[in-house]
Amino acid sequence: MLDGEPLVRWHWLGDHLGYLAGLTGDHAVIALVPVLIGLLLAVPLGLACTRWPRLYQPLAAVFNVVYALPSLAVFVVLIPYTGLATRETVMVPLTFYALAVLLPTTVDGLRAVPEPVRQAATAMGYGPWHRLAAVELPAAVPYLIAGLRVAAVSSISLAAVGALIGRGGLGYLFVDGFQRTFPTPILAGIVLVALLALVCDLLLVAARRLLAPWATGVAR
Amino acid sequence: MTTRPVRTAVAVAVLMLGAAACSSSGGGDPLAAKSPAAQGGSGKTVVVGSANFPENVLLASIYSQALQAKGVKVEEKFNIGSREVLYGQLQSGALTVLPEYNGALLGYLDAKSTATGKDAVNTELAATLPAGLGILNSAAAEDKDSLTVTQETADRLGVKSIADLVGKAQDLVIGGPPEFKSRREQQFKDAYGLTFKEWKPTADTTANALKDGTVQVGNVFTTDPKIVQLKLVSLNDPKNLFSSQNVTPLVNKAGLDATGTAALNAVSAKLDTAGLTALMKRVAVDKEDPSAVAKDWLKTNGLN
Amino acid sequence: MNWFGWLHDFFADPAHRSGPDSILDRVLEHLAFSAEALVLAALLAVPLGLLIGYTGRGLFLVTALTGIARALPTLGLVTLAVLLAGVGDTAVLLPLTALAAPPLLVATAEGIRGTDPDVRDAARGIGLTHPQTLFQVCLPAALPTLLAGARTAAVQVIATATVAAYVGLGGLGRYVIDGLATRDFPTTVGGALLVVLLAVAVQLLFALLIRYATPRGARTAHVDEPAGSPALSKESI
Repeated sequence: MLDGEPLVRWHWLGDHLGYLAGLTGDHAVIALVPVLIGLLLAVPLGLACTRWPRLYQPLAAVFNVVYALPSLAVFVVLIPYTGLATRETVMVPLTFYALAVLLPTTVDGLRAVPEPVRQAATAMGYGPWHRLAAVELPAAVPYLIAGLRVAAVSSISLAAVGALIGRGGLGYLFVDGFQRTFPTPILAGIVLVALLALVCDLLLVAARRLLAPWATGVAR
Repeated sequence: MTTRPVRTAVAVAVLMLGAAACSSSGGGDPLAAKSPAAQGGSGKTVVVGSANFPENVLLASIYSQALQAKGVKVEEKFNIGSREVLYGQLQSGALTVLPEYNGALLGYLDAKSTATGKDAVNTELAATLPAGLGILNSAAAEDKDSLTVTQETADRLGVKSIADLVGKAQDLVIGGPPEFKSRREQQFKDAYGLTFKEWKPTADTTANALKDGTVQVGNVFTTDPKIVQLKLVSLNDPKNLFSSQNVTPLVNKAGLDATGTAALNAVSAKLDTAGLTALMKRVAVDKEDPSAVAKDWLKTNGLN
Repeated sequence: MNWFGWLHDFFADPAHRSGPDSILDRVLEHLAFSAEALVLAALLAVPLGLLIGYTGRGLFLVTALTGIARALPTLGLVTLAVLLAGVGDTAVLLPLTALAAPPLLVATAEGIRGTDPDVRDAARGIGLTHPQTLFQVCLPAALPTLLAGARTAAVQVIATATVAAYVGLGGLGRYVIDGLATRDFPTTVGGALLVVLLAVAVQLLFALLIRYATPRGARTAHVDEPAGSPALSKESI
């Protein structure tokens, strides 16, 4: 199928280091900003779900459905509002996918505090906000980070699909390579996406060690 | 308990659908862009777009760099979709310039048009385009659609032209880009009386699909280096179903000033089919970057 | 025009009723890709998961393999596979299998490892061999967990099989991609809706299977994932 085209043109890689770095940076922004926004939304939503447990089931069901939406179709629906080939068109759906992963893990995390501990904190005179900051949120950190690891890795590999509507960071390498029967950029794209995911994952593991040293080994 | 989340999910899916149906407020076609962006005049950034195939990216690169050489501020949005998508973006002003092919554009705007020659096509185009849009001068360079078969199929069926397919088409699977069927099915029926067995969307793999027999007839562009590489034959088109396809800048007039217009017309004056095919070989076969190839061409032609 | 109008256009289109572009054919193509990938992934992941779960050795391998597989972009794998193997089922099966295998592997290993050590000891004590213990004691107990993993894999594969259309293959992605290319919004929305419905239907099917595989006494226990926990990784086009 390659018609004599080599699997890797090494000199192409050498000639395009700056280009590849630029795409990687663009990719990181497109993929990871939605995860951060997802986290900022997941914490208050998760809190609301623990305060009013009846909220959780319908919300979870909504995100279950959102999660099954093919991302390309969502991109297309958003084009009139956020523009063709803009970052926003790709980032908005990614935010929802990240939220779909993070909401359940946040709720699990907030529920992880044993009731006696919660009562002990109240007995020690902690108000609801103080207890949240000093007991519940720290206890939820390992769960949040476990959720973030899944959300970040998924978001990074999913962002590439944005290339089909003109803005997918490293995904452009797949489209370009496919159109020109040129496997070198495709391979470079796969490796860089995987590397970016790996780096994020390691950073999150490091963050967990720092923020929740007691939890190493818990909540993968 | 196990089925409850799923049951809720089904209910939610139905509700969301209902809500979407009610809330649509008759909003029209969401793919018809409403973007308020860039109703620019002179001095504004010119947004050069391109369709999702390498030659169009190359042409857009040439346009972009020719404009920049004349001091025009340019933003590039390349490889972002098919004509159907891009045209709406140009109308809205989100894009300013697109490399187009005059015949294909006219066929899109007016499927009934019978014009085939370059000047006839351009005259009709100018009359058909809405007030905000216009075409600049066409280049001599042409990249025609063609119906293409393998040399083996051509010999076996004894076909040299599309007209020779009469009586054979019903056994043949035809491939092309996804939009090929909706654009052309009726035209093949009307012009040649051909009804194909099946239409397969083969996207960028049409030439390879011909080679491996997935399809027997395919829509391949005449400047595609694969025609040479895979020993394919483009069938003649005596009824001119595929009309003249000169490379022509399609512009949102409000976004482009006289300097920009002159820069693009200077490109058209120099670009011919042989030149374009040579550039395409560098991009598609030698895997050079379209932007680098464009830069070389502009330099060679004194347009940089 | 509104969403109902678009969906009506989509479902009423005669081309979507019969012939190669009919909804039934597209759904069947989509299910065929997905099922093939799931079976292939199960053949790879389940034996490995059984072995790792039962021996407790190589758990790091599970973590490493799933991490890597999860980070691989499906669009990249599909385009690469098409360039290397040509347009065909292989080109889609490979990436979809890579997507389906990790949740299956994790679920199998976890399920087996999670069986009560006392029960296992008892089984060995009454004279069962290791294979007998694994297949007659651990596997039935792990089945609900394994099926939950299979459900995750199935939902992901169904959402992602849309990617096949980009390289010219069939399935429901055809509607999404062709609709985008021709600015035919009803087709895109109709295709997306069918993918979602298929995913929900498959979830329902697995929920029934899991219920059936759970011993009656244990049905109230939490064999299922929490209500909101969606697939552990997502990549759909």
